[in-house]
Amino acid sequence: MRGARGTPWPRSFSKHDLAPSYDVVIIGAGVHGLATAYYLAANHGITNVAVLDKGYLGGGASGRNTAIVRSNYLTPEGVRFYDRSVKLYENLAAELNYNVMFSQRGHLTLAHNDSSLRTMHWRAEVNKLQGVDSEVIGPEETKRLVPYLDISRRARYPVLGSLYHPPGGTIRHDAVNWGYARAAEHLGVQIHQHTEVTGIDVQHGRVTGVRTTRGDVSAPIVVNATAGWASTICDMVGIRLPLVTHPLQAAVTEPVKVFLETVVVSGSLHVYVSQTDRGELVFGASVDPFPSYSMRGSLEFTEELAGHVLELMPSIAKLRVLRQWAGVCDMTPDYSPIMGKTPVEGFLVDVGWGTYGFKAGPVAGETMAEQVATGKVPELFATFDLARFAEGRLVGEKGAAAVGH
Amino acid sequence: MIRIPCPYCNLRNASEFRYVGEAGARPNPDRVTPAQWRRYLYEAANPAGWTAELWYHTMGCRRFLRVERHTVTGEIRSASPAGRHLESSPDAVPTVADSGAPDAGGHP
Repeated sequence: MRGARGTPWPRSFSKHDLAPSYDVVIIGAGVHGLATAYYLAANHGITNVAVLDKGYLGGGASGRNTAIVRSNYLTPEGVRFYDRSVKLYENLAAELNYNVMFSQRGHLTLAHNDSSLRTMHWRAEVNKLQGVDSEVIGPEETKRLVPYLDISRRARYPVLGSLYHPPGGTIRHDAVNWGYARAAEHLGVQIHQHTEVTGIDVQHGRVTGVRTTRGDVSAPIVVNATAGWASTICDMVGIRLPLVTHPLQAAVTEPVKVFLETVVVSGSLHVYVSQTDRGELVFGASVDPFPSYSMRGSLEFTEELAGHVLELMPSIAKLRVLRQWAGVCDMTPDYSPIMGKTPVEGFLVDVGWGTYGFKAGPVAGETMAEQVATGKVPELFATFDLARFAEGRLVGEKGAAAVGH
Repeated sequence: MIRIPCPYCNLRNASEFRYVGEAGARPNPDRVTPAQWRRYLYEAANPAGWTAELWYHTMGCRRFLRVERHTVTGEIRSASPAGRHLESSPDAVPTVADSGAPDAGGHP
């Protein structure tokens, strides 16, 4: 590719031969794996790091999500964690010298019944206590923010109010992946695409390396950052985690002039919608009703989605859907992630993100890097450990799901 | 759309069914250890490939079925009455070793 002056554009990341050993091997070149690699190099000076991916960089859930960022969660732990992520996203373009197009356009979660309104109030109060800008507003105020919304009493699901979260918004997810990859590469990290991990070597309860389709690599620390495929990697070391993989589908319409300036979510209607900078409406919904690793879209999804979106905004009935796709999400029983150490020494996990993974990319990278570099559990994810399922300390975050999964 | 060959109702859309969970007998609650019960509750095998699972035909015969399904392709190999698979068994214990730590030596 050539730049405006006719000079070739420098490559952002290059191909490398697989070295026989690394200090840290990260499996999964999505936003979590790349951010972990970047912060390892940038914050801790650990640069002998390889990020391996069976496909291409950012080709999994990191490139398939609906690019929404927010921190209006339900538990104090969750709010603190995701708020750190929003803060890192706010400064990411400057930090990586890469335009990630973060647009804090505001995030609205509609309440259509008393119980969701109650949960919104609960979330708003938890959010405020953690210093996060979040409040419950009425239907009229909601309508001022989203003029095309049907707030009439005639609507099948009348809008009783909404949780308004001004710092929430959208970001260009591919740019986040590319930005982290380029910045990590500049610091000496190697990214190996199309390098599938086929096995993990464990000796005396310790990780010693990984086997890949391009050869074997030894490493004392292996991080599993593979989101939906986390179980398949954990199987290689004989660990079973409380994860179930479900596809999550999304769709976009043809582009139209800007009319929707905020992100609009309706839990009762199982839909969220935002408008991209080039005018397409991006829709997401709840996860598919049974576990699967399939990334094919389905007609039921489009049909249900269209019906629900039109309940909210009848005026967009003529818009055509351009394309739809799916990504896979590893759901945990409490909708909080599983991070940190496992019974296999040196084998760390950054999994169980369910439908929240992209929002957490930067903070997950920052804290996983700290865990790897210092060996100590960072305070921000101390309660997201694997032992919580045995000890009955679940961090119930389902109430903060955008839609009822 | 995947379709499930219900032994009572023939080939029906999956949307008529409710997915229940991975097939496997429930351990006897009177004799199980907390660790075994936790594993039964939470730790699914979650394979990318063939798996056996329970489905309930909500909008049809309202029977439980045992379905063999490929979780990557969506292909269904068999669907049969769940029958005894639902009953709890005193011998049923989860398949992963109790300690949680894998044996030395690596590859399973």
